[in-house]
Amino acid sequence: MDYEIVIGLEIHVQLQTESKMFSWSGTEFGLPPNTQTDPVSLGLPGTLPTMNRKAFELALKTAVALGAEIAPFTKWDRKNYYYPDLPKNYQISQYDLPFSKGGHLEIPPRKDGGGGTQCRLTRIHLEEDTGKLTHGYGGLSEVDLNRAGIPLLEIVSEPEIRSAADARGCLEELRLTLRYLEVSDCEMQEGSLRCDANVNLHIHKDGQTIATPIVEIKNLNSFRSVEKALLYEADRQYKEWQKNGKTIKDAPKTTRGWDDDLEETKPQREKETAADYRYFPEPDLVPVVVDAAWLDRVRQSIGELPFARRKRFEAEYGLSPYDANVLVEQGQDVADYYDAVAKATGEFKLASNWIQQDVLRTIKENKSTVAEFPVKPEGLADLIHRVKRGELNTNQGREILGRMIETGEPAETIIEKGGYKMVSDREAIAAAVEAAIAANPQALEDIKKGKKKPEAVKGFLRGQVMKQTGGKANPAMVGELLEARLAELVP
Amino acid sequence: MSLSNDDVAKVALLARLRVSPEELSTFTGQLNSIVDYVAHLQEVDTEGVEPLAHGVEVRNVFRDDARGEPLSREDALANAPKRNATGFLVPAVLD
Repeated sequence: MDYEIVIGLEIHVQLQTESKMFSWSGTEFGLPPNTQTDPVSLGLPGTLPTMNRKAFELALKTAVALGAEIAPFTKWDRKNYYYPDLPKNYQISQYDLPFSKGGHLEIPPRKDGGGGTQCRLTRIHLEEDTGKLTHGYGGLSEVDLNRAGIPLLEIVSEPEIRSAADARGCLEELRLTLRYLEVSDCEMQEGSLRCDANVNLHIHKDGQTIATPIVEIKNLNSFRSVEKALLYEADRQYKEWQKNGKTIKDAPKTTRGWDDDLEETKPQREKETAADYRYFPEPDLVPVVVDAAWLDRVRQSIGELPFARRKRFEAEYGLSPYDANVLVEQGQDVADYYDAVAKATGEFKLASNWIQQDVLRTIKENKSTVAEFPVKPEGLADLIHRVKRGELNTNQGREILGRMIETGEPAETIIEKGGYKMVSDREAIAAAVEAAIAANPQALEDIKKGKKKPEAVKGFLRGQVMKQTGGKANPAMVGELLEARLAELVP
Repeated sequence: MSLSNDDVAKVALLARLRVSPEELSTFTGQLNSIVDYVAHLQEVDTEGVEPLAHGVEVRNVFRDDARGEPLSREDALANAPKRNATGFLVPAVLD
């Protein structure tokens, strides 16, 4: 199969505001139907919209962070269509003068060697979200207008993403970036991040490139479904082309919906003359002029973004791209936590290990967040110092961290109470080594007869010594003394 | 500029207006005379003139992001031609 997949994404993001884009009712998710409306969002006659400053600024912040070009002059347009999701029969949107053009996202490299590419954006514009229809009331549909009028950012990528995994990568990086910016919570399950994908194939045959008809995929409710649907659709389009040979010139764009249970795309009924939205300038809203001073203020409000932070973790702390990404992709709180522990200990790799293995695992198990994690960065830094100085071995450190999480007490208190001093008494450890060898004669035989690798046997004996000393022995010393004793016994 | 019956039929469909064949001819004639009248504007030389985005020379009218009291559901649904306990009911239109 010699073809390339070509993907363009159309992403909608709800902005995190208290009130709607053009009116005062709230934006909360999951409230009972039609309890979050006002005369403007119901489209009642005689009402007028007023722009929400915060929404516009969050939109600006996003576009600046994504390296887009901000229009010095932008206006609103009416997109006209009859569908009960907006009772005004038009959506306030932006057509020919959007506030932002261009921009890009860096797709992080993946373990499989993919990624590491750039996803270019075509434009970003601001609009109002629509209400929600629930079908199946005996030929009727219920309309809930809680969502109508929530500020919505539309982000359109260039149609040049070349794999399903890159499309997912682009979307995940966008979510991470928007969360860093505190612009949106980007919950796909709750619909605050939504994505449609336009996809077709470039098939290479006899030195020519044939493009298949474009399909827009809807109902993509998770990152996983985005990737799966694109893979499914590529395969389907190839088979379809083999069957009927239709190209982009023979068939118009069609819409298909992703079915998450059946894992396939199905044709959706087209809205008649859907493309004819008869845009015209919105007379109820005045244009917006963005000057250099305003843009400067927006720029100042943007902190370090995920892409820059990964690079800094690699350069400043010598982390591998993989480790840097694990710490950054968990969100700003985790990356801040790591930054603090790394700076306080100077042990960059150790700090990364402790956070990845112990902190993140605990958080995941408890379904909590770093903000709720009872051990603050200074506390973990102190513990890492003690392990590094040889006061504790790693296992003891782990145990103590466990107690710190349970009790909220500092390492020092737990060490004093629990008798957690590491044993570095040479004679005591030598005796324990001797005892372990004596108790396990089979182990020595295995080395002598070459039945097991010496390293495996040593590992086993080391474990026995640690067990005898209640896990308190200095592991370096155990290794050294065990090595010496075995060298004598098995020359 | 001249509109055909088909153009007017399409606009009527987009506006969800049901128009009889007789009405269609009448409206096509009437719309054409309006469009022809407005077409006089085409005679003006607009070379180098920025398209007008808004009739009022006012910019940047914002409100603070403050949440106010929403309508009660009963008030919100008061004018609904058809409703159930929680929402407006409309004839099912599938996406």
